[in-house]
Amino acid sequence: MLWVSRKTIKMNYFPDEVLEHMFFFITSHKDRNSVSLVCKSWYKIERYSRQRVFIGNCYSISPERLIARFPGLKSLTLKGKPHFADFNLVPHEWGGFVYPWIEALAKSRIGLEELRLKRMVVSDESLEFLSKSFVNFKSLVLVSCEGFTTDGLAAIAANCRFLRELDLQENEVDDQRGHWLSCFPESCTSLVTLNFACLKGEINLGALERLVVRSPNLKSLRLNHAVPLDTLQKLLMQAPQLVDLGTGSYVDDPSSEAYSKLKSVFQRCKSIRSLSGFFEVAPHCMSAIYPICRNLTFLNLSYAPGLHGNELTKLIQHCRKLQRLWILDCIGDKGLGVVASTCKELQELRVFPSDLGPGNAAMTEEGLVLLSEGCPKLNSLLYFCQQMTNAALITVAKNCPNFIRFRLCILDPVKCDPVTNQPLDEGFGAIVHFCKGLKRLSLTGLLTDQVFNYIGMYAEQLEMLSIAFAGDSDEGMLYVLNGCKKLRKLEIMKSRFGNAALLEDMGKYEAMRSLWMSSCEVTLGGCKTLAEKMPRLSVEIINESEQMEFSHDDRQKVDKMYLYRTLVGHRKDSPAFVCIL
Amino acid sequence: MSPPLLGVEEEGQSNVSSPSVDCMSQNGLGLKERNYLGLSDCSSVDSSGVSSLPEDNKNLNLKATELRLGLPGSQSPERETELCLLNVGKFDEKALFPLLPSKDGICSSSQKSVITGNKRGFSDTLDGFSAVKGSVYTEKDWMFHGAGSDYEFPQPVAHGKYPGNSGVNVMLSARSSGAQASVKNDGPATVLQEQPCSTNETNLNQIGISNNNSAPAAKAQVVGWPPIRSFRTKTLANSSKNNDEVDGKPGPGALFVKVSMDGAPYLRKVDLRTYSTYGELSSALEKMFSCFTLGQFGSHGAPGKELLSESTLKDLLHGSEYVLTYEDKDGDWMLVGDVPWEMFIETCKRLKTMKSADAIGLAPRSMEKSKNSNWKDYSGYDR
Repeated sequence: MLWVSRKTIKMNYFPDEVLEHMFFFITSHKDRNSVSLVCKSWYKIERYSRQRVFIGNCYSISPERLIARFPGLKSLTLKGKPHFADFNLVPHEWGGFVYPWIEALAKSRIGLEELRLKRMVVSDESLEFLSKSFVNFKSLVLVSCEGFTTDGLAAIAANCRFLRELDLQENEVDDQRGHWLSCFPESCTSLVTLNFACLKGEINLGALERLVVRSPNLKSLRLNHAVPLDTLQKLLMQAPQLVDLGTGSYVDDPSSEAYSKLKSVFQRCKSIRSLSGFFEVAPHCMSAIYPICRNLTFLNLSYAPGLHGNELTKLIQHCRKLQRLWILDCIGDKGLGVVASTCKELQELRVFPSDLGPGNAAMTEEGLVLLSEGCPKLNSLLYFCQQMTNAALITVAKNCPNFIRFRLCILDPVKCDPVTNQPLDEGFGAIVHFCKGLKRLSLTGLLTDQVFNYIGMYAEQLEMLSIAFAGDSDEGMLYVLNGCKKLRKLEIMKSRFGNAALLEDMGKYEAMRSLWMSSCEVTLGGCKTLAEKMPRLSVEIINESEQMEFSHDDRQKVDKMYLYRTLVGHRKDSPAFVCIL
Repeated sequence: MSPPLLGVEEEGQSNVSSPSVDCMSQNGLGLKERNYLGLSDCSSVDSSGVSSLPEDNKNLNLKATELRLGLPGSQSPERETELCLLNVGKFDEKALFPLLPSKDGICSSSQKSVITGNKRGFSDTLDGFSAVKGSVYTEKDWMFHGAGSDYEFPQPVAHGKYPGNSGVNVMLSARSSGAQASVKNDGPATVLQEQPCSTNETNLNQIGISNNNSAPAAKAQVVGWPPIRSFRTKTLANSSKNNDEVDGKPGPGALFVKVSMDGAPYLRKVDLRTYSTYGELSSALEKMFSCFTLGQFGSHGAPGKELLSESTLKDLLHGSEYVLTYEDKDGDWMLVGDVPWEMFIETCKRLKTMKSADAIGLAPRSMEKSKNSNWKDYSGYDR
């Protein structure tokens, strides 16, 4: 006992500067949050020294409280709409506006340098405001955002004098003119990352070339489809130091001068480790890339339906060091066999569905099994396929126990095991049983409550679960809510879960980020009960459109419910078709 | 615990005889049409189908368990009243995901097309494609449902396009495929394999997925399925448009043509440039469509059914029952194999397997080819 108190006393003698220095090495958000809970002095030191803040739900906290707690903030990550908004389940005007955040931050003395947004609505005004408010602003990353045009980008280009990173990933951008690239002043030489692959419009190629020429630190360059192959060649001549390249339109005549120049310049690009793009691709031009393939760790061909068959497998056979591969299902099961025998270091695979399916385009369980046999390091999977069997899933689980993310999407969402006609409960049960580190799981196929029983029992690390067309009764959902202690996000569509499941353990939702339920059995009355009992949850009922009136019948089933914990009460910016109970 | 499965004639089901059984009798598979929407216009339902109504409590149960999409403008009360009729014949208490608001679930004999609300009854969509024509839908449409509006209206059958997610709907209704399924409704493919319909009713009717009696092709969509970001679907749609534009041009571009196979649930596309002979094309087609045939039936096929086994498939392609045809630049349907390969790929716009019976009048093997006048009449196969 004496020994313990001596130890305690010793800790108190640490000067703040020492603690601060220690905390400098603690970078994960979770760890920082834990540190801040130890004692009041640690809380204080931590909050002044925190520079990076992650907010998973922009409505869970207000910008004012953020600023009050972390005056040293330099980098902010915000997420807006719920995940299912990606699949058109959330109307566009639902919310997730970044403007109030920028406004609040601008008013304060926060020296914002980095802003990373996902699924938020970003207006041109916000971008302009952002560009003018923070002198040292360095990095803008927008993922799956919308609401802005290239005018907003022009403001960023023109006003952010020390811009290092402009990274646009899969945003819906209105292309007004191609001139935004010309808005980078001649004095801007600091670019490290420039990714405009998602832009649909034309690009001022001359301005692009000049920009690349004066950006000696450029490491990541991802072009959009409007940049032709001969421009690519010119750019690479100026930037052989690139680490990450996204090609534009990769089409030319193999006998052209531009193509032969491209071939030789690729041989000089010894640093490229990550390759993407290939919107429009001429298969006969792929051989130019072979020299870089041997060093590639990330290859994204998921927007290249023109590449398939032999050309595709030949390319993959050159990529022996690949760790992450994003591909379309035109690769087929056999193609995955090639991946399995070539890419022994593979950790992440995403197979997206394509609409063109010459030959063996349909993925089945065979491809996945082959992959699991060849790539035991696999830890992250997104797999769209035609069918799956329990046997295959069990084999995969045993071969690859390291899965952290496992997302299976059988295109027929209620398809059973075609060999045994059984539901896929056992297969997914094996996944959660063998993959003890599983954090994210998406299920499809014919599934009963039993699979949720398994998940509740075995998926101890599970943080995010996506369910569609599954389960028989409230029991299913209850297994999950009771069993998965680390669950943070649960999203359910079209499943037979109702009020009993929703209301059984209401406190659980305060330990989670959010719950989404659409087209389930939950009624308005159930949601109201929940909202009443849990004031620190925001329970939103989302109607399809403004025309729909909110019924007052408590027995009516709710079409879409989204609830999340929040420290700041109901949001004030919800549109008419959202009712917050 | 597992709820009664769709399309299954099982113990305990007989008391809730599906009216659709009547219509399905030709089927023998015990596949029932199901109304997954539980919504919409009962009046459109063929009354002949409604042979026995479940008891009220059963009705209520079914009603209560109906999943519905929140469609704009559709109100719960309406649904409630309409459910009674629609619930008839549903012995699957499990969620029948109501994908479409329109009529459903009952007899499939009429050719009426009913559109209520913004969505079509699933079998509305299916019935548009008669057995003869096969039921197809473009994977493309199906995948990219998320790209555009959530609700789409029926497209004319003539385009040979299977509306978007109706394929998905088919599959959804295939929930019936479960342990006890005497017929494996694993997916549109399988079911569609089950014997060509003897009547004009679609193959799809046999599937029991095909909920509906009639209806021209309609585009049915499930919002939120498949779970693909709309950014991705739009981008791929654009790039395939670009690919299409390249069709017919010599040079490095791919030459994609649509292939519709009788009985397959969706269209595929092949790049004719990847083959250099008819033989290669034919074996590729075989492989492509074989995924619809294998492992689907086991021993559960009801007697009298012609299962589309692998051998049958080969017969289809090589034998006498079906022929492979193509639509040329003039819009005429020709038998494949008549012209030299290079000429073929330059003129071919689309490929299709047709029953030999229907192919009568198409340009017969080379000899008659020069007699143009006769077979202009048959250019109406505008599927």
